[in-house]
Amino acid sequence: MASVAIGSGEQYNYDVVRKFTIMALIWGAVGMLVGVFIASELAWPFLNFDIPYITFGRLRPVHTGAVIFGFGGSALFATSYYVVQRTCQARLLSDGMASFTFWGWQAIIVLAALGDVMGYTQGREYAEMEWPIDLLIAVVWVAYAIVYIGTVMKRKEPHIYVANWFYLAFILATALLHIFNNLAIPVSLTQSYPLFAGAQDAMTQWWYGHNAVGFFLTAAFLGMMYYFVPKQAGRPIYSYRLSIVHFWGLAFMYMWAGAHHLHWTAIPDWTSTLAATFSIMLLMPSWGGMINGIMTMSGAWDKLRTDPILRFMIVALSFYGMSTFEGPMMSLKDVNALSHYTDWTIGHVHSGALGWVAMISFGALYHLLPKLWDTKMYSIKLINAHFWLATIGTLLYITAMWISGIMQGLMWRAYDDFGNLQYSFAESVAAMHPYYAMRALGGLVFLAGMVLMLYNCFMTIRQAKSVAAGGLAASAA
Amino acid sequence: MEWLMWFTRFENSKPLALLIFFFTFCAILVYVYGSRKRSERLESYKHIPFQDD
Repeated sequence: MASVAIGSGEQYNYDVVRKFTIMALIWGAVGMLVGVFIASELAWPFLNFDIPYITFGRLRPVHTGAVIFGFGGSALFATSYYVVQRTCQARLLSDGMASFTFWGWQAIIVLAALGDVMGYTQGREYAEMEWPIDLLIAVVWVAYAIVYIGTVMKRKEPHIYVANWFYLAFILATALLHIFNNLAIPVSLTQSYPLFAGAQDAMTQWWYGHNAVGFFLTAAFLGMMYYFVPKQAGRPIYSYRLSIVHFWGLAFMYMWAGAHHLHWTAIPDWTSTLAATFSIMLLMPSWGGMINGIMTMSGAWDKLRTDPILRFMIVALSFYGMSTFEGPMMSLKDVNALSHYTDWTIGHVHSGALGWVAMISFGALYHLLPKLWDTKMYSIKLINAHFWLATIGTLLYITAMWISGIMQGLMWRAYDDFGNLQYSFAESVAAMHPYYAMRALGGLVFLAGMVLMLYNCFMTIRQAKSVAAGGLAASAA
Repeated sequence: MEWLMWFTRFENSKPLALLIFFFTFCAILVYVYGSRKRSERLESYKHIPFQDD
């Protein structure tokens, strides 16, 4: 290993990292607020107020766009730019291009949300944006890839640390997925038709959709985990060799699993079986990674008593393990026959999104913030309160959706003695109502934690600025 | 070019793909765990995040 002296923070570009960190916090609060509102709309439909712009159909992609691409994306940009500089001991390739990725990415989130509210959509899940925004995404993403790969190429440390491998896989796979899923023929500035049709189009969409989960929401956040868990725990990752097997297993297997979203449809049966098989096999690398992260704490479990940031990270890994067990189980055709089209899927997605993605991001951002502003967190007690609100909110949410989803599935397939359906669809909707209210409450509790974090981080930055201003005044005197 | 048609039949291409992927995975495992010296070198990389402390 090369041993290169590290100077002050100024040798790195932290400006863009700070900007992305702040926007991750803001988009997190906005996206979760919209989520709570649409969850409340499902429980109490009068909240639509007969205004088309705020109906569930239009606000749902605003929610997913703001939390996945706004919150998650900004957190990934921030942490990846931070990690690549620290582990490669090199400044970002180009400050100008890094800045372009920041402004471009924020413009995309705003334009996508405006398009959703106005009713302009391709009708593709997690890729609702029409073609002009898709082109902008491609340009920003290529700039991101150039900055990231360029920084890796000018590294002073000979070895590329494993976190960067995960970030690189995320960058390359997302580019591939975005381009092929959005191949379309534009007919106007706000409308286009997809290049594929029928079952092929469905398979393209779910190849994109599932790998967006695999590479955007999993691989990239694993990159975050492989840097920030060891740093916060103050000890190196449990097994570097296991991280290599984890990386290659995950990178290879995820690409084949997307068609499990289309079981019992018009796609070829072998495609369905192939997807289920790879989904089951995915359990091994996923749990390998989870064990690697959790075992990093081996011999230092006592730190969990006093460090709420580390608690966020370990609970995130536990949710990662749980949802990567649940996912393969739901990909089995017989289980899927019950679970598909029900709220069980929504519960599964949120155990991954809230439990894994959001919690590992909270942990990483709490670690990052004091380092970026050269200060201490304003309040550790507020971090602790946030941890409990996030955990309770997640549990309320996913428990409500499990009960609601399994009940839905069972009601839809129940027959009476004469072979008729036992329940009408409206009866199943009525039965779900208490769980929809419970889900909205769970979301509200989770959002309350996010608002606490926003306040805590705002106060931390303010405190850092006032200390810096005081220091300048003292030196001037 | 007739031999290329062999790959278009699922009864051929599926087991072939299985063998390729299986042996690739085995090769990665052998590379990662097969040599004590290499193992030590690989494990030393886990300290990279702490070089800047």
